[in-house]
Amino acid sequence: MSDTTDLTADVPAEEVEEASVSVAEERRAAHDVWVSGTEERMPFATGTDEGAQEMLPSDIDPALAIQEGIEVDDDYVDEDDDHDFGDRQIINMGPQHPSTHGVLRLQMELEGETVVRVKPIIGYLHTGMEKTAETLNYAQGATNVTRMDYLSPFHNELAYSLTVEQLLGIDVPPRANAIRVLMTELNRVSSHLLWAATQGMDIGALSMMIYGWRERETCLDFFEKTTGLRMNHNYIRVGGVAADLPDGWRDDVASLITTVSRGVDEYEQLLNENPIFLDRTMGVGVITPKEVEQFGITGPMARASGVNWDLRKEMPYCGIDQYEFDVPLGKYGDVHDRYEVRIAEIRESLKIVEQVMDSMPSGDYRTEDRKVTPPPRKRIDESMEALIHHFKLFTEGIAVPPGTAYQAVEGPRGEIGCMMISKGGSRPWRMHWRAPSFAAVQALPVMMTDSLVADVVASLASADPVLGDVDR
Amino acid sequence: MADEPVNKTDDVPEMDEMVEEHATSEPETPVTDDPVVAAALGEIPGVLVTEHDQASSDATYHQAIVPSESWVDAVVAAKDAGFTFFIDLYAADHFREAPRFEVGINLLNRRERRRLILRTRVPYDAPTLPTVSHIFAGANFYEREAFDLLGVEFTGHPDLTRILLPDEWEGHPLRKDHAVGAIPVEFKAGSVDL
Repeated sequence: MSDTTDLTADVPAEEVEEASVSVAEERRAAHDVWVSGTEERMPFATGTDEGAQEMLPSDIDPALAIQEGIEVDDDYVDEDDDHDFGDRQIINMGPQHPSTHGVLRLQMELEGETVVRVKPIIGYLHTGMEKTAETLNYAQGATNVTRMDYLSPFHNELAYSLTVEQLLGIDVPPRANAIRVLMTELNRVSSHLLWAATQGMDIGALSMMIYGWRERETCLDFFEKTTGLRMNHNYIRVGGVAADLPDGWRDDVASLITTVSRGVDEYEQLLNENPIFLDRTMGVGVITPKEVEQFGITGPMARASGVNWDLRKEMPYCGIDQYEFDVPLGKYGDVHDRYEVRIAEIRESLKIVEQVMDSMPSGDYRTEDRKVTPPPRKRIDESMEALIHHFKLFTEGIAVPPGTAYQAVEGPRGEIGCMMISKGGSRPWRMHWRAPSFAAVQALPVMMTDSLVADVVASLASADPVLGDVDR
Repeated sequence: MADEPVNKTDDVPEMDEMVEEHATSEPETPVTDDPVVAAALGEIPGVLVTEHDQASSDATYHQAIVPSESWVDAVVAAKDAGFTFFIDLYAADHFREAPRFEVGINLLNRRERRRLILRTRVPYDAPTLPTVSHIFAGANFYEREAFDLLGVEFTGHPDLTRILLPDEWEGHPLRKDHAVGAIPVEFKAGSVDL
């Protein structure tokens, strides 16, 4: 037994130490020649001698240390500036960072682990969509705006269509309004589900990512069945909607409501009493009601801060005021309140969807005004007037009188507004998009300043910015 | 040649004969029946208020055309009268009209459920307007966007730099004399001027 257990038992301790020293010395010599090329031997030190990871003596040439990657050259520190920066450094988060939800860049000045200043830098996804809108006629315009906030395409189309309808002075049939409400509220559900997924992922609840996407898929399936596309639908158009609801839509929506409700219950079981989730969200990224008004923050973020402002209640559109629903409000304005408000909003939206299902009026799904909606194909063979209308609509487009109009809808991220200046003709003279994410990104420094680096991601995710909407 | 952008925005020809005079309002008694909006803008001279119906809605909102010299006064007066919720600020180019550029600010009165859009005009040769970013902090980014895309300068703005376009970009693309697609497109075999 004793022969096999301790082979070095009979070797004197001094020899063991000597042997290890000689091996280390050989490595050290080889390393010195390879790295610095100096023949002169460094003062020998035992302990941390692990080849290239060793600590060099403090009096070594600083330029050499930078070359070897042992010291980091900080471009942002001005050597001539005698101001003592202490631990301050500047870190760029993004534009290619998975937690920025797109191509947002945050320039952060850190002192230790505390964020001292933040500057959001945007524009990496700017594609000039407001300029493009000036070259598209009113029938084409919805295809453009639907790509701005790509997580709430129906709301974008609705804001655009309502603004043009305001300039035209037309009303759409009740069924068109009900379909618009149905689709936009389902879109709010799908957007909030995606938000719950990414918020969970960003603060470490990776299962939320999968669950949120799973339930969102049921919404997208219904969108695809109705509009033909999963995103960027071009479904809500000037004068109504592009097509009637598909056969069996009630069954689809009913099963969707069941699935999503069950999913939301699961999320709450998963997160509501999870100590890590609570610690990461409570008291983080606080915005006060006054800051909400100053920065133009709208939607769930404003309501989480206790600002009771929901355009569906205050300035209702598409007859949404005939449905009963509540506006959930937060109290503290932190990340956790935004979570609670959004989860509650999913339930309220499903409540609206149920009421729309029960009270869906019959009739036309788009206006029969022939200056806006082309006649059916069959009428063109029968009526000269229908042929003329069809020809004028498809060669010239909808003729919109001059004027300036603004109309906003309550999107999942806040007020989506369209400011349109028309000088007559079939194209808008100028279209300005009031993007809720733009305001939210501007307010990021308010949330992040004086917080910890780890909370930056939680705050950013809770703002739910869509960079297609920010940069347009 | 490929490096030279084709669109130079600032070399607009003299167009006095083409210019239509933009109608400004005559200072009259407060031009709205709405007491909330009248309380906000009653003291501002030369304001023209119109009420607009929203589509598919019973809600209305107000637009007010304000002389550019009382721009800040009007914004402050509106804020003091309860329009404390900043929503939006935009600029637009009314090419071949004088004054050429329009700037508008969109404010909400939460208590009274009113929306007020203040609009003003600034001329082409001096497209400057005092900033309102010290009144509404949120106007900061929106004024940068208006400067970036339309070239309206906001005096007193803390950081009036480009926000959406690269810093080295020439011109202001939302101006009507900035042609669409006038940037040389680079192909692998060389470059083509559009």
